[in-house]
This record gives sequence, C-alpha cells and structure tokens, in this order.
Amino acid sequence: MRARNTFVGAAFALLAGGMAHSAVAQEIKIGEINSYSLLPAFTEPYRKGWQLAVEQVNAAGGINGKKLVVVSKDDGGKPADAQTAANELVSSEGVAMLTGTFLSNIGLAVSDFANQKKVFFLAAEPLTDAITWSKGNKYTFRLRPSNYMQAAMLVEAASKLPAKRWATIAPNYEYGQSAVAVFKKLMSEKRPDIQWVDEQWPPQGKIDAGPVVQAVAAANPEAILNVTFGADLVKLVREGNTRGLFKGREVVSFLTGEPEYLDPLKDETPEGWIVTGYPWYSIKTPEHDAFLKAYQAKYNDYPRLGSIVGYQTIKAAAAILAKAGSTDPEKLIAAAEGLSMPSPFGEITFRKIDHQSTLGAYVGKTALKDGKGVMVDSSYKKGSDYLPSDAEVEKLRPKD
Amino acid sequence: MAFYVVQFLTGLASAASLFLVASGLSIIFGVTRIVNFAHGAFYMIGAYIAFTLTERLSGACGFWGAIVIAAFAVALIGVIVEMVLLRRIYHAPELFQLLATFGLTLMVEDLVVLIWGPDDLVGRRAPGFKGAIDFFGQNIPSYDLFLIVLSPVVLGILWLLFQRTRWGVLVRAATQDRDMVAALGVNQKWLFTSVFAVGVFLAALGGALQIPRDAVHHAMDLRIIVEVFVVVVIGGLGSIVGAFVAAVLVSELNAFGILIFPKISIILVFLVMAVVLIVRPWGLFGKPEAAARKTPGLTVNPWRPLTSNERLAALAALVIAATLPLFAGNYVLTVGSEIAIFVIFAVSLHFLMSVGGLASFGHAAYFGLGAYGVAFLAKIAGLPMIVCLLLGPLLGCMGAAVFGFFAVQLSGVYFAMLTLAFAQIVWSIAFQWVSVTGGDNGILGVWPSSWAASPGHFYWLALGVAALVTVALRAMVFSPFGYALRATRDSPLRSEAVGINAKRIQWTAFVIAGTTAGIGGALFAYLKGSVFPDNLGISLSVDALVMVLLGGVETVSGAVIGAIVYKALNIWLVSQTDLSKLVLGGFIVLIVVVFPKGIVGTLEMLAQRRRKTSPPGSPLLAKPIESVE
Repeated sequence: MRARNTFVGAAFALLAGGMAHSAVAQEIKIGEINSYSLLPAFTEPYRKGWQLAVEQVNAAGGINGKKLVVVSKDDGGKPADAQTAANELVSSEGVAMLTGTFLSNIGLAVSDFANQKKVFFLAAEPLTDAITWSKGNKYTFRLRPSNYMQAAMLVEAASKLPAKRWATIAPNYEYGQSAVAVFKKLMSEKRPDIQWVDEQWPPQGKIDAGPVVQAVAAANPEAILNVTFGADLVKLVREGNTRGLFKGREVVSFLTGEPEYLDPLKDETPEGWIVTGYPWYSIKTPEHDAFLKAYQAKYNDYPRLGSIVGYQTIKAAAAILAKAGSTDPEKLIAAAEGLSMPSPFGEITFRKIDHQSTLGAYVGKTALKDGKGVMVDSSYKKGSDYLPSDAEVEKLRPKD
Repeated sequence: MAFYVVQFLTGLASAASLFLVASGLSIIFGVTRIVNFAHGAFYMIGAYIAFTLTERLSGACGFWGAIVIAAFAVALIGVIVEMVLLRRIYHAPELFQLLATFGLTLMVEDLVVLIWGPDDLVGRRAPGFKGAIDFFGQNIPSYDLFLIVLSPVVLGILWLLFQRTRWGVLVRAATQDRDMVAALGVNQKWLFTSVFAVGVFLAALGGALQIPRDAVHHAMDLRIIVEVFVVVVIGGLGSIVGAFVAAVLVSELNAFGILIFPKISIILVFLVMAVVLIVRPWGLFGKPEAAARKTPGLTVNPWRPLTSNERLAALAALVIAATLPLFAGNYVLTVGSEIAIFVIFAVSLHFLMSVGGLASFGHAAYFGLGAYGVAFLAKIAGLPMIVCLLLGPLLGCMGAAVFGFFAVQLSGVYFAMLTLAFAQIVWSIAFQWVSVTGGDNGILGVWPSSWAASPGHFYWLALGVAALVTVALRAMVFSPFGYALRATRDSPLRSEAVGINAKRIQWTAFVIAGTTAGIGGALFAYLKGSVFPDNLGISLSVDALVMVLLGGVETVSGAVIGAIVYKALNIWLVSQTDLSKLVLGGFIVLIVVVFPKGIVGTLEMLAQRRRKTSPPGSPLLAKPIESVE
C-alpha cells in the first residue's frame, strides 16, 4: 500500500516541479499574492490595476531595459497557503520580490516569511499597524495608509463634532479591534469629555444586524463609529435605515467611501457619514486624470480603490527595482528607503524609519446622488501628516 | 420594556431564516442520512436567482413571484443533483455523500462569481414591507414581522404535510427505519428524490427571502451552513419542531447575549450545542438512534497486516520518497513536507474514523493545539526545536483527553457535531485571547533550528515522522487494543458482553488520534514558521475528512493516499488556475462517482474481484463478512 502512495506523491511532486520554468535572463519577475478567490470584489479591480501598471512599465521600456513580469498566486484567504505560494514564487519562479496580500494576518505571515528567507516584500493592502511597527522587519514595506493613519484622519473630523456619547460597531477580529482601539485612543486624547457608551463586536461576515442595531440604539449614543465593511455593512445599513438608528446621529466610518463598499448600497446609502474612501469621480489632478483615462480606456470600467492599490503597488515595485539596478534584497531595501515616486494621489515616499509609504486617503461625507452613493466634500489627506512622531515610531518598532 | 420586546421580536425574525434552511436540512438527513454539505450552496443559489428575477420582474406580484420561482428553480437543480449524483452513492460508506456535496459546494462558489460577478449584490426591498412599525418608540421592520409570521406558517404546512398525507407517512416511516420501508415495497428512489427536492426548496426559499435584508455574495453558503447544522443537531436530527425551537433558542440567546457580552456571537451557537449535547445526547427533540441493523461499512474483507512482499514494497517506496532531496528543488521539497504532515493528520483522523467508527468533524482542534503548543514553548519558553516537537503535541493530547471524554459518550452524527463544537470553542479561544495567542494575527517567527532549516532536512524529518506514525497506527490496528476498538465499532452489544469497556477504549483511541494530529500540527508550525487560528478551523477539519473519505474509510491506511492526492492536487490547482475551487470540486465529484468506496477502497475491491475469479489463494480472504446484529 505505501508503495503506491509514495509513488503518487513523488509523481505529483515532479509534476509540480516541472511547472517551474527557469527565469529568462531578460526579464525581472515580481511575485504577487492575494486573496483572489476569497475576496473577488476587491481583488478583481486590484488585478486590473496591477495589470495596467505592468503594461505601462513595459511600454516605457521595462526596468532598465528588462521586461517586467508579474507572477500572481491566490492564497484563498489562508495564511498557510499564502506561505506555500510565497515559497513557490521565491524558490521555483525565482522572483525578485514579493508583493500583494489583503488580509492583515496573511500580510504578517508573508512578512515573517520574507524576514526569514531574506526576501523583499512590498505589502499592498493589509492595514494592521503591526506590519510596520510591533512586528515590523527590515524586508517589509507597506503601501496603503495603515489603520492608525486612517483613524487619525477620521479623528481629525470626528473630534470637531459636538457629540459626546459614542458607540462602536466593529467586526470581531484584529482589524476591527485595532481600528476601534486606535480611534478611541486618539479621540479621547483630543476630546477628554467623550464617553464610550456601547460597543458591538459582530463576527466578521456573520453580523446578525437586527439585534446589533437594536442594542446600539438602546445605548442612545450621539455618534457611532462603524468599522464593518462588505456584506456586513450592507446588512447593518439596511437594518439601521429601517430602524432609524442613524437618524439624528453622527456616523464615522472606516473605508465606507471606497467604491467597493459604497456602490453596492445603491439607494440605501446613508447620507452624511464621515468616511475614508476613494471618490474617483471628483478627483481633479493631472496624475489621477492620466490614471483614470488609461484605466477606463483599457477596461471600459471605473476604477475602485483596489485598482489604485494594485496599480501603485506594481508602479512602486518597478521604481524600487529600477533604482536598485539589482535584485539583491539588501540593495532593494537601500533603494526603497526614502524613495519618492509619483502616484495617482500625488507624490508618495517610503519612509526609512518604518517602511510605511506616505500614500494618503480621501476623507469626505457620503451622499445620495441619482440613486447611488457618492462621497462629497472630500479632501485628500497626505499620509505623512497622520503618522506619530519619529521618536514614538522608534519605540513601537523592534530594532532590525 | 419596549426595548426587550423589540429585541425579542428581532431575535424571532433572525430565527425565521435559520429555521427555513435548517428544516430542509433536517428532513433530508432524516430520510436519506445524507449530511448535505451543499445545503448552504442551494441557499446561496436561491438568493442569486431571486436577485436576478426580482430585478427583472416588476410590481408586487413580480417580487413575490420571483421568490417562489427561484425556490422552485433551485429545487429542480436539487432534483437533478440527486438523480445524477447522489443516487449513485447511497450505498457508499457512511458520510461518503458528504464528500460529493462538499465537491458541489466548492464548484458553486466559483460558479456564482463567474455568472453573477464578484461584487456584492443588494436586491430590492419587499413591496409592502419596506418600512418599520413604531412600537412604543422602538422601530420594528415590517419585513421582520412578515418573517416572524412566515416561519410558524411554514412549520404548520410541513406538519400537515407529514401528518396528513401519504407521502408524509412514508417520510416519517423512512426517517425511523428506511430498510423496513423499502422492504414494504415503497419506491425508495422517488421518495428520496422528492424529499431532497422539498429540502432544497426550503433552503432556496430561505435564501431568496434574505434579499430585502442582506447582500447576495459568494460566501453566503459558508456563513450559514455550519450554523444550520448546529441548529438541526440542537433540535434533534429529523425533527422539524426541534429545528424550529432550536432556531428560536439560538437567535434569542444571541439577541440578548450581545447586550451583556458583545463578543459572544462568534461562539454562542457552539456553546449552546455543546451544552445541549452533553445534557441531552440526541438533541432537544431527537430520539436515540435505533441500533444499526447492518454493521456500518463492513461489506469488505477483514483487514489483514501487510504480507512480507507488500512490506518490502512499502519500504522501497519510502526509500524512493526519501531520495527526493537529491534531485528536487526547494519548493517541491517544501510541498513534500506539507504533504507528509497532512498524511500524519489524515491517518490520525482515519484511525478514529475507520478503526473506531467515530467520525470527528473537529479534528483540526488537536492539530492546531499541537501547533500552538510548539509556538508557546518556542516563543514564550524559548525551548529548542527538539524539545518543542516532543512536548508540543502534548497540548493536543490534553485537549483530546478532556474533549474526548465527553465526545465518546455520544455516537454517529451527534459525536461528530460535539467534536465540531469543541473545535470551535478552542478556535474562538485562540481567536479572542489576543494577549496570549496573538488573536488572528497569530504567533510569528516559529522557525526550525539550523539542523532542520534546509528544506531537504525538514522533508526527511516530516517524511520520517509520517512513516513512523503510519506504521505505529497500523501496528495498533492489529494489536489487541485495535481488535477491541473494532469490536466496539462493529457491535457495541457483543463487545460489551465480552467485557470490553467501550467508552474507555474509544476514549483512549480519541486521545491517540488527537496526540497524533498534534504531532502533525507541531511539524506544521515549524514548516510555516507561524501559527494562526486557521490551524484549528473548520475548513481544516473538513479537509481532513475529505482526505479520509477520498482514500477510503473502510481501508486500513487509505488516508495516506487520500492525503497525498488531495493535498498535492489542491496546492497544484491553486497555483495553476484561478478557478481552483471549480476544478477541485469537479474532480472530487468525479472521484466520488468513479471510486464509490474511496480511491484505495475501490482499488482494493477491484483487486479482490480479480482474485475471486482466479482460484482463491486464501479462502479466508475471499469470503466477505456478513454481519447481522
């Protein structure tokens, strides 16, 4: 019996090995990992974004004359599978660096892998503060504004509200927990008079919205912080609208202005929420116009925030590779630290101190226009303005 | 006061959707004994089709018509699935149908994204039920009231159907004793098909009715399927009233629980199930299962140890596998290590399932505990790798000792569901106890010492341990302990009569299986360098089940093949295609049809047939057991 087993194993292993081609000298490969099958609503626009970037980089002559190739893998939303994919990309595909990931725990798993195997890793989406601070390492960089930065942007607007009684609703996992913790901390610093009257922690993806809305309403808060997104947000908004939870209450909400999460709400979009997001229809800068035109020309569709993240991830990776002129990880790190580059949101810089990019986000209010949700009164918040002081960051981040 | 009344009504509304889906599952299980994993998928398709129809058809008639049409359409799909797929495998070993429905579920998850696109879809509100009704200053959505009324109505219709029609009588008879019903000349084929259709109809109706409240998306199925199983088990399998009461109980406990413990939702249903099963082993309204008339899954030949030739062949295979580091690259070796670890995990569950007859739905708990054991020892105590590997699995052992004690008091699906509940409780502790376990961000930096750091060395380590574990468990199968365990599986009454303490034997087997899984988990922690709550999660438990069933639950070591095929295929497909779930699901369905006894089981059967046609080498081998209780 075992005979057959192990033969089959060996055969499969050989088959898998045969799939790996040796790198062609005239290309530079980037390994990209994301939760394509688990989170298609985000990752489809994300994929379109990075594909556009690859096309543009190669049309402009590639990286120092070499063609840029992105090898993309699905992690299925599991940290262990992300590591298998990372290993394949590094060991078999011979990629120069790893990029991508969405979920915080997957970002951390790949970051730890990168640190162990000494591979450069540019995290695209994971928002957890740990990836650049408490569990940061020298091989890992991160593009998107972190939890802390987005919280700080929202607090700036929220602290001006007269509301004193606040309630929070957040998905019960690390992202929700840390978003609420940072928001509370920054908010209470600016407004010591605030009371936190209720908190609700529905499981991610499984909110039983009716009872949650009812429980929050019973605490009678003047303002609500929401961190749920996706299908949970839809349920929360629908129940909240029907039960009148948002009437006469201020709501501050993470990510809700992103088209991925705002568009499905259609005519149920609640008005006047203070949100972070991406109002692609009202950004009038030359950088963004160029991106928008190219994106719409290629896909005949409007970009989501995922498109920006995917696009800029590969653009940043290409810039780092071009400056380093090598695929040696140490040289890539040296090239990336302090590197500034253009982005659809304006110039961004990868900070030397914690490897966080200064990409910012738009903060505005939700509104209803022609039966669709939009963001109005939005303004761009530069990431560099919403990070703690260098002295604090140094305390948060372990020494390399 | 008004608030509590409204919160109570809100709980009732949540219970309504749960009940619709759960009642369908309960009916299907009661009659066909199929653990229909695809029930959530039917629920999801119901919602998707209803979404499309409600967008097209206008007016109140259009909306409600669309809901009903969607449910009928999905019921039709259910009929096709039953006739084309499930009919072929009713006689396969117990739980094998789970594999087929699991494959279907995987396929559906990719298909809905292909057909309806990746975005979350938000359907229209129900005409006439858009607003809310003021109740002493509290708002109750009128749609909630509609659901609150609907579910007792459905319950009533089902009750009439079962009590007042001939079909209902047959269904109840089949739930109690389906062999007897068959013996009385009832056409079982059509009975099963119709029951399946009704069950699927209810699931799709439950999904379609979510449109005004929920977003339609591709993960709806997994969101509901486990909770629905739990509701069915709390209520008692096959009991519609039980499903209703359980749905209300769970929903109300949740509605009021979050007022005191806002984080309770994540674990509540499993806590309730664990308590109910410990106090009432057959659920609230269930009856003890009648003693099996036929020995489950023993139409095969009696097991025998390997002959010396086969032993040599196994050894040769091991040697060949051990030469892999001489020519394969790092990636292949790491995948090889992962497969070897999953062989350990699968054989540990296989030992419990096939030798002990105890199918665990929560085996990942002990795998994950082993992994966390290693992570604690390495990161907190700073112990060297060897010590961690030896001591880490003890956490799995302890977990198995505690939970196993309660679990072995039950049997069959109730046993399976109690193990699931325990696994979910362990998972939620790992998930919530952030200060110790790091929550879902896990524990990082658990990398192997330098002697095992190279992929080749680690592969040898994993392969060696996998070989040792497989041999040890095989030896145990043919030891007196193994015979005693099989006796408790095959005939609880006779084994009791000859003085075997069944519970103690089963408990020991549970601890052995848990510890072995812990060994796999310990190695897995070092392979990945990190530990996450995922390592204890439901999907890993399901993976293990699939591996065992794929290999063949009636074999001695089929899980080895099952683990290799499933894991290798999974890794390869995920790496090669974006539609890995569709392809993998299709492959599983195909295997189910081609190898109805699992891969190894069917191959053994074929070899057996060939041997039978030639002069028998050993008369004992060629004679199948006919066991009658």
